[in-house]
Amino acid sequence: MSNLTDLTVAEIRDGFRAGDFSAREVAEGFNANVAAAKALNAFIVETPDKALEAADAADKAKAAGETLGALAGVPIGMKDLFCTQGTQTTAASHMLEGFVPTYESTVSGKLWAAGAGMLGKLNLDQFAMGSSNETSYYGNVISPWRRNDGGNAALAPGGSSGGSSSAIAARLCPAATGTDTGGSIRQPAAFTGISGIKPTYGRCSRWGIVAFASSLDQAGPMARTVRDNAILLETMAGFDPKDSTSLDLAVPQWEAGLSSDLRGKTVGIPNEYRPDGLNEEISAMWDRGIAWLKDAGAKVVDVSLPHTKYALPAYYIIAPAEASSNLARYDGVRYGQRDLPDGAGLQDMYAATRAAGFGPEVKRRIMIGTYVLSAGFYDAYYTQAQKVRALIARDFDLAFEQCDLLLTPTAPSASFALGEKQADPLAMYLNDVFTVPASLAGLPAMAVPGGLDSQGLPIGLQIIGKALDEQTVLNAGLAIEERAGFTARADKWW
Amino acid sequence: MSSYRIQGATGEWEVVIGLEVHAQVTSNAKLFSGAATAFGAEPNTQVSLVDAAMPGMLPVPNQECIRQAVRTGMAIDAQINKWSRFDRKNYFYADLPQGYQISQLYHPIVGEGQVEIVLDEKNPDTSTKVIGVERIHVEQDAGKLMHDQHPTSSYVDLNRSGVALMEIVSKPDMRSPAEAGAYLAKLRTILRYVGSCDGNMDQGSMRADVNVSVRKPGEEFGTRTETKNVNSVRFVMAVVEHEANRQVDVLEAGGKIVQETRLYDPDRNETRSMRSKEDAHDYRYFPDPDLLPLELDDAFLEACRASLPELPDVKRKRYEQALGLSAYNAATLTADADTARWFETLVSEAARIQGKGESDVAKASANWLLSELYGALNRLGKTLDTSPVGPTDGAELLALVADGTISGTIAKQVFEIMLETGDKPGKIVEEKGLKQTSDTGAIEAAVAEVLARNGDKVEQYRGGKEALFGFFVGQTMKAMQGKANPQVVNELVKKALAG
Repeated sequence: MSNLTDLTVAEIRDGFRAGDFSAREVAEGFNANVAAAKALNAFIVETPDKALEAADAADKAKAAGETLGALAGVPIGMKDLFCTQGTQTTAASHMLEGFVPTYESTVSGKLWAAGAGMLGKLNLDQFAMGSSNETSYYGNVISPWRRNDGGNAALAPGGSSGGSSSAIAARLCPAATGTDTGGSIRQPAAFTGISGIKPTYGRCSRWGIVAFASSLDQAGPMARTVRDNAILLETMAGFDPKDSTSLDLAVPQWEAGLSSDLRGKTVGIPNEYRPDGLNEEISAMWDRGIAWLKDAGAKVVDVSLPHTKYALPAYYIIAPAEASSNLARYDGVRYGQRDLPDGAGLQDMYAATRAAGFGPEVKRRIMIGTYVLSAGFYDAYYTQAQKVRALIARDFDLAFEQCDLLLTPTAPSASFALGEKQADPLAMYLNDVFTVPASLAGLPAMAVPGGLDSQGLPIGLQIIGKALDEQTVLNAGLAIEERAGFTARADKWW
Repeated sequence: MSSYRIQGATGEWEVVIGLEVHAQVTSNAKLFSGAATAFGAEPNTQVSLVDAAMPGMLPVPNQECIRQAVRTGMAIDAQINKWSRFDRKNYFYADLPQGYQISQLYHPIVGEGQVEIVLDEKNPDTSTKVIGVERIHVEQDAGKLMHDQHPTSSYVDLNRSGVALMEIVSKPDMRSPAEAGAYLAKLRTILRYVGSCDGNMDQGSMRADVNVSVRKPGEEFGTRTETKNVNSVRFVMAVVEHEANRQVDVLEAGGKIVQETRLYDPDRNETRSMRSKEDAHDYRYFPDPDLLPLELDDAFLEACRASLPELPDVKRKRYEQALGLSAYNAATLTADADTARWFETLVSEAARIQGKGESDVAKASANWLLSELYGALNRLGKTLDTSPVGPTDGAELLALVADGTISGTIAKQVFEIMLETGDKPGKIVEEKGLKQTSDTGAIEAAVAEVLARNGDKVEQYRGGKEALFGFFVGQTMKAMQGKANPQVVNELVKKALAG
């Protein structure tokens, strides 16, 4: 029998149902991989017992001839931004170290209810703020990939869902949850040669996900194949009355609707995503992607998204503004970290707790956010950024009058070495330049791998769709996946 | 009353007052969570994950709270905004778990409206003044700090955290302590009629921030101070009076009024500075990204409007015009929703029992309620809520008088027994044999005996001292133990004296 941990979600699901192997065998296989991969630091908490428990339940249900959940027998990783009842949830912060929720996030709850098992809580950038996983309080995740230059430089798995991307690429789990605020699913997927989709804002409930920027945060799946993403997203999505911004719409059957035949579809290529000085290999990959979509029957047109260059600045006003308010609840009063120096009053406790509980990047964003919302600056920054956001959304609306989807690069480069960009926050923020506009517009967007660059590192493509049209995004992803034939995997060194 | 002036050394000063009233919305659940809202529960027993601001928790608007705010707006004839939005007011305090209060700064749910106050209770129809309302918005209440539980630490009770408040902001239209008091009392009456707030100021369900400034009549508005969380009508009036006089003293001594927040100390009847504008928080208001804008459709607004009860001003006029009550009685009976409800039950029952129209029995009902019942309740230290006599029994008593079964004097006795025993008036009259008699034979006999015993007075009467008529009637009633029909007694006495 082939190695169970090399199987995709669809293969595990189907093989388990066909009786090719037991759910327990699958869970044990992944548990072993997780246990052997400490060097990647992908998990903050490992929960092998949870994985086994779900597997045994699946095996038992199957033996009893009961109806099986959509994900019965499939173990997954859970980004440590999702609150999990009875299992520590930290958002990779010191602030929430030791915090054990008494409740389960809506999205994780749906996955468990569908039969999935939890392999552990995946590492991430602290409070999902970062693009390299270097802001985690629990140490940075390391990508399984290495450059082919013979050096051993530890590379960034991307961020913030870097634990998810690293773990999937290294076969520690077949799939994982991610969250995406400005690219936190797509950029790490691109860095590690896997796929991930951020659905339309409102598709997945935010209830129980530690908030970063409420108007942008959106959960989504990450996996090795487009089909696996479709399978997971079907379970994760759906209306939740506990989230006012959740969409009260039926969840489409995305997996059943998968088709790589793009005849009749028009793909827009936005000029503004090819700035001067764009990495040549990224540019070449984009051209290959265009050719693949044409090959799949799509028509290709040039479109313009004229306000693209303002997206990143607007994002780095709106997201920190919301974060500065969302993170005010971590005050040492009710849960999590509390630093109470001798003789401290309330203000001293706040200061000490928040100084110790938050890392530098989180503090930086809280300060930016506080600044842009303060009296006298609000109109110049926040109001202006909201106007830009509206213009960016309109850019997409106009472009989608000419096309059904957009194809762009996912990130401006392949993965970089840890420490390389940490000193310059602005250089780090530029990682999000291609992913942020779709976030601001709340549109579904997906990263799929296209191939390896000359350093032997994965680079990928981004597909952006119309609101609620995840199906077309997935279908275009499938078309690329079939043509890219991306089978490369990192050599095991960990 | 609008000529209220403070006599200073430099001449007369006028007071300008605006009130921001926080009214807790009557609802079983909080504004954005399903937690309960009952008053007086054990600390931290009415707290949901949302109220405690646990990680990942999200607010979901409670439609009942929105409905109550809209109904309140309609009751003060205000603009209802079909599109409104929630904003976050950011500040750190231990009683504010989220680190922000969800409120409505930029787009409140209710716009401009008005409240009519009565300046002279004796003339409720003519001496009125309209006080403008700037807006009503809904927001979350904070929790409560308890400083008396531990020698060096404070405890936090989150039961109130997230409870829905309406903030009702008046225009600076009031000019005297009495006007401020009348406005607050009237607002409370309206809220209780509508049922959107219980108006219990002693329980904190309703409290006022009092904005006061002074100026020389005709000049521009002066700098104002805001005295926070004043929790009775009487205290609001005291705050205005005290604060206005303090400001006049400061100004006349050559000082300046600082825009600041003050606290009222009822024990000393004075206000104290809490913080000045310079230390004011920068609240960094911005639209709450967890919530979509609130959009109200016509059907919802229609349902809100249809659910409104008859409001106090309309009711008062109806009492005067349709029921024929005096303006004063009408005002007194409508000043409180519960009193009006009690009165209306009394009237409809009285009309039903007597087979008459409501306007035929309303006056007697009003008089009995306001003098007999209120007198008794006052004496017993009770209220209508706890009255031992209900409106149905009251109506029965009124009917016994109206149909001549008992006299007014006997009715007072019966009522006393009702208060003591809770028995029905009919039963009391029956058991105690209090039915009045119109048996002319018995009365004639009694009259004859009275006249026989008082021959001298009969002479005097016949000699022109007609004032003695009452004496003969009284003696006859006494002889009949009060049970004789007074009209019959009158007639028979007159007849006997004439003979």
